Amino acid sequence: MRTLLYVTTFMAMIGLAFWAYHENYKTQASLDHVRQLQRDIGDARARLSILRAEWAYLNRPDRLRDLAELNFERLGLLPMRPEQFGRIDQVNYPDNRALVFNDLVDVTSAGAQAGALQ
Amino acid sequence: MNGRIPLRPLARVLDARRRGENPDAIERENLRIRHEQMRDKARTRAEGRLLVLGLVFFCAFVVIGLRMGMLAQSQAEEPRAAASGASIIASRADIVDRHGRILATNMETHSLYAHPHQMIEPVRAADELMKIFPDLDRERLVKDFTNPKRKFMWVKKKISPEQMQAVHDIGEPGLLFGPREMRLYPNGKLASHILGGASFGREGVASAEVIGTAGIERFYDEELRDPARGGAPLELSIDLSVQAATERVLYSGMKLMNARGAASVLMDVHTGEILAMASLPDFDPNDRPNPPVSGRPSDSPLFNHAVQGVYELGSTFKIFAAAQAMELGLVNPGTVIDTSPPFKVGGFRIGEFEGHNYGKQTVEGIITHSSNRGTGKIALAIGPERQQEFLKSLGFFDPTGVEISEAQTGKPLLPQRWTELSTVTISYGHGLSASPLHLAAGYAAIANGGHKVQPTLIKQDGPHYGPRVLSEKNAANARHMLRAVVTEGTASFGDVPGYHVAGKTGTADKPKERGGGYYKDKTITTFATMFPAEAPRYVLIVTLDEPVETSGSRPRRTAGWTSVPVGAEMIGRIAPLLGLRPDYDVPEEEEVTLVRN
Repeated sequence: MRTLLYVTTFMAMIGLAFWAYHENYKTQASLDHVRQLQRDIGDARARLSILRAEWAYLNRPDRLRDLAELNFERLGLLPMRPEQFGRIDQVNYPDNRALVFNDLVDVTSAGAQAGALQ
Repeated sequence: MNGRIPLRPLARVLDARRRGENPDAIERENLRIRHEQMRDKARTRAEGRLLVLGLVFFCAFVVIGLRMGMLAQSQAEEPRAAASGASIIASRADIVDRHGRILATNMETHSLYAHPHQMIEPVRAADELMKIFPDLDRERLVKDFTNPKRKFMWVKKKISPEQMQAVHDIGEPGLLFGPREMRLYPNGKLASHILGGASFGREGVASAEVIGTAGIERFYDEELRDPARGGAPLELSIDLSVQAATERVLYSGMKLMNARGAASVLMDVHTGEILAMASLPDFDPNDRPNPPVSGRPSDSPLFNHAVQGVYELGSTFKIFAAAQAMELGLVNPGTVIDTSPPFKVGGFRIGEFEGHNYGKQTVEGIITHSSNRGTGKIALAIGPERQQEFLKSLGFFDPTGVEISEAQTGKPLLPQRWTELSTVTISYGHGLSASPLHLAAGYAAIANGGHKVQPTLIKQDGPHYGPRVLSEKNAANARHMLRAVVTEGTASFGDVPGYHVAGKTGTADKPKERGGGYYKDKTITTFATMFPAEAPRYVLIVTLDEPVETSGSRPRRTAGWTSVPVGAEMIGRIAPLLGLRPDYDVPEEEEVTLVRN
């Protein structure tokens, strides 16, 4: 009886030790993963700030003005002026009345089977 | 010691009796021995306890000491398992405009330094470096690289990634790179006077401190560097597109009018937010020039004419005298005042522009025709004390307090003794010098219905009214007069169809720098305006320094010919950008517009 108790205790100790080491390794792997992710986040942030700076640089008013002048023939962009404001009734809507329906098709339910819609 | 010894052992007592001794002595003796034994036992126990306690304390101190030593010795490590916020990059915060567009940000670059003692071919390294950076001095490089005493030297503070690769390709182990965070202003010269500039403070190989050297960068230096901000950008009230359009129009205007310098301020009359503020000539904050060592500081591109430049702002001040007189009940817009000569104050004759005589005029007519004598008479009725009080309440006695480091130097120049003559001349804008920004704040009070506002460069979340300085009715009357100046007075070029501009011109002769009167042919012209006149939302001040308009037979230097057309063009450009819809007084259509899906 006593031997059985000793053997069981010993086996339990080995099992718990295995479990503890296993958890330890899992934690360390997770921490490494977190560290890698945070490095990635840091890199992404640095990249984002560079891209933002570049976006701002490419959109600086001086450059846009020069581009508008270079491409004037194609785009015809001019600075916004008060005359460009309009009213809603000045907008030219397409005239829907031009649509004329002919070749009308009669739709009936004469051929439907009785009881099909019940 | 286990067994308890009886105090009166019978054998010894009988023995003592037999010898005729007192048996009580035996008892006392035994009692004494017993007490000694008890005392010894208690002492041993207490000593043992003390020892254990001492050991516990010793161990605790050893553990704490070891832990402290370990913490002090080891490298600090971020808690890895904790959730990360935005604070990982602890760099200087960005500056953005009111719509979040970047005005200033940071960029990672590298600095190049050398360890001459690690160099293998110093002369070849110097030659190769000269190919990459032609602006370096070859002689100096060779001298430093071959000097055995030199252990360290900076070669370049900021280099681009391409240059870094080229230096890498030299393959010299003595050339090393350190990371650098540099301040970048992607819009170049835009809003340069507001942003100011930044440079490196304390420098190390691994990093350098970026500090603001001027403008808002310096004013908010601490806040921008504060890691607790977590990278939240500083939001300005500036609108990037409006600022760009303002600078563009102002630059064209300055060139067209042959002016030395120019300034403009666009301000929201309810919040005090400055939407655009320009000063010309300007500079590139990415490469901020050094302050001038000779010549007038106001000629330097670093000089902010809108905030630092204090000028006699001329007739733009007349409306303050008229508004105050109405507020005090001295006059109403229809009160008739005789403006004919002579009008002498303190022995000085007050004249009009080009010797005009406007005769009998109403107060509104005095403002419309810009009569010096008429305004002077109104100011005399107000008196020096009340005039000072009113101008002080509008902020003309102190620096504007706007959030750039130069604002403190823009202190208005006041007369040393405020005589009756000062009262009269100041009423038409001579004898008191203030910055265009002061004027903008003063006009904003008239525009918003009589509240003082504090000019600011930081985005606000709603109206910020200061104390009331004018009643609603008198502010409206003053606006009506200013509208008349544009429709029938001196600022007739200032009318922008659809925007109902109200404003006042001001032409002041420039005082000589060394004293002794005024230049005959140098003026400062100002156009102070608000739009739309019925319920103004914005105040715009345009000031030109020494303009001259040469299209006529003789040069014209008045504001009506110089600042006013520039101001009108500016309003035509920026009002649509501000989302103001022009109102052409077209009668509303009676019928309902039919809309169909």
